[in-house]
Amino acid sequence: MADQSPPAHGTAGFGPREPLAARTAWAVRSWWLTAAMWTRAMMSYRASFVMMTVANVVITFLDFVVIILMFQHTDSLGDWTLPELGFLYGTSAFALGTANLFVGTVDALGERIRTGTLDTMLVRPAPALAQICAERFSLRRLGRPAQAAAVLGWSLVVLDVRWTWDRVLLVPVLLVCGTLIFAALYIGFASLQFWWGESGQLHHSFTYGGATVLQYPPTVFAKELVAGIVFGVPLAFVNWLPALRILDKPDPLGLPAAFRFASPLATALSLAAAGLVWRAGLRAYRGAGS
Amino acid sequence: MALIELDDVRRTFTVRAKAGRLKREKREVRAVDGLTFTVRAGECVGYIGPNGAGKSTTIKMLTGILVPSAGRLRVAGVDPARERAALARRIGVVFGQRTTLWWDLPLRDSYELARRLYRIPDHRYRVNLERCVELLDLGALLDTPVRQLSLGQRMRGDLAAALLHDPAVLYLDEPTIGLDVVSKGKVRDFLREVNRDRGTTVLLTTHDLTDIEQLCDRVMVIDHGRVVYDGGLEGLHAVGDSERTLVVDLAEVRPPIEVPGARVVRVEGPRQWLAFPAEQSAAPVVAAVAARYPLVDLSVREPAIEDVIARMYAEVAIG
Repeated sequence: MADQSPPAHGTAGFGPREPLAARTAWAVRSWWLTAAMWTRAMMSYRASFVMMTVANVVITFLDFVVIILMFQHTDSLGDWTLPELGFLYGTSAFALGTANLFVGTVDALGERIRTGTLDTMLVRPAPALAQICAERFSLRRLGRPAQAAAVLGWSLVVLDVRWTWDRVLLVPVLLVCGTLIFAALYIGFASLQFWWGESGQLHHSFTYGGATVLQYPPTVFAKELVAGIVFGVPLAFVNWLPALRILDKPDPLGLPAAFRFASPLATALSLAAAGLVWRAGLRAYRGAGS
Repeated sequence: MALIELDDVRRTFTVRAKAGRLKREKREVRAVDGLTFTVRAGECVGYIGPNGAGKSTTIKMLTGILVPSAGRLRVAGVDPARERAALARRIGVVFGQRTTLWWDLPLRDSYELARRLYRIPDHRYRVNLERCVELLDLGALLDTPVRQLSLGQRMRGDLAAALLHDPAVLYLDEPTIGLDVVSKGKVRDFLREVNRDRGTTVLLTTHDLTDIEQLCDRVMVIDHGRVVYDGGLEGLHAVGDSERTLVVDLAEVRPPIEVPGARVVRVEGPRQWLAFPAEQSAAPVVAAVAARYPLVDLSVREPAIEDVIARMYAEVAIG
């Protein structure tokens, strides 16, 4: 401060006129920097970290044990076999778990508004959404996706899939799109807290509730529910529709085959919608809109 | 050079209050009602007013958190609401009531993260951190998580964090609230250093007038969203109709003294208190008393700034 060189009063900032790509890159970088710092801090309690992660894996695995027990009494559920269910379970739980890992803390938005900590994020040069998603980032939340990946791996080994190139490609696409769709749901529903205060639990029926529904084949549910999950909240694109193609299953709704490949489009639409809700919410909070 | 410019800035809030069982009434509250002022680079301005006067709303608009309902606002040449992220690199903000640090991270990690998010050049970061650590006595605290710091330690940690990126303006929202006398002293010494030696423009809100007396050349009193006083601290006396007090010790007990231009406000044995307008000279009063009464001793007391401002708030509330 008593230094002779003139202080550099800030450099280029990221105003509203920056291109979307540059803003997104900066948001991802801010998320990464913050998450890395949290990981370092958490690692200082290594023993507790290992124990919590193991506990996490065990608890979430009990989830799947319930399904296995059910199959002790029946050979198929809605014409789907246990390994096929394992595929649904693995993809759904993996997508939800990974989304939760990356953006799950956006839940706390209402609390951050109430305690004023959102304001402290708004005076930093990093995007507030990136900061709130990375806050309290913890690798402990890896437990769920790790367990889901194990179940998915098992199902892929046991299943007798006719592996064509499009089927091979669909698996990673499905996992990435599924994660992004759940992330969009987390952000979109959390943003409602800008208007409704701490309604953090509301979205759980769509994220956690949705993930549970997706663990079972669409054939066991009423067609109205399945239609709602295709056209309303686009959860069906997480795994149901691509799974119909990968596992060669008939569609209970009889939708055109193109739907089975439409997950990237549904993902783009979900992310755009979530982004708009977040922006509108932030505008309302700051008083520019509404 | 004007660093902060406000031109007829207004901010209203819509408050929904329950009216009856289901009905809700909308009401407009004017938190800031036509603020016009400028702050030049290098100034240290005290921004005071009673609770709910609009101080925090002003700070939130100056940082870009809140968008003004009307009026023009510029900080360092930038419209805060439109270019919040760009402005963030040029301002430092300290909220006395909540930390801007990361609660569970040690101070050192918090600063390291700030370095990256603010993209502070390595050289500047090292120099600034060293200086802050030395002046704020933070050396022993760097590895302590923020949540384990005392309020005074945390405030010092916050001050350092707000200055690492060489901000042109430093906003402080009640920086000494809840601190003990020693911590308050440390914070004030540091702020004086930052303002005088480094030339950082400082705008601070406070309820502790000692902060203002020790730091600010200029004070702005705001009430009901409007500036009711803007000027030096001494000038407040003239505006606030304040009175000085002449304390007279007589040789014997006497009935209340009668001299022109002053009135007795209290009598206690041979000692009497006379009040006279603050802007008036004490000499004629002293001469008049000395001419007519047997004097032992006398002293003049300046009005307490607290009383002046309390009177000012009360007047605005009535008017």
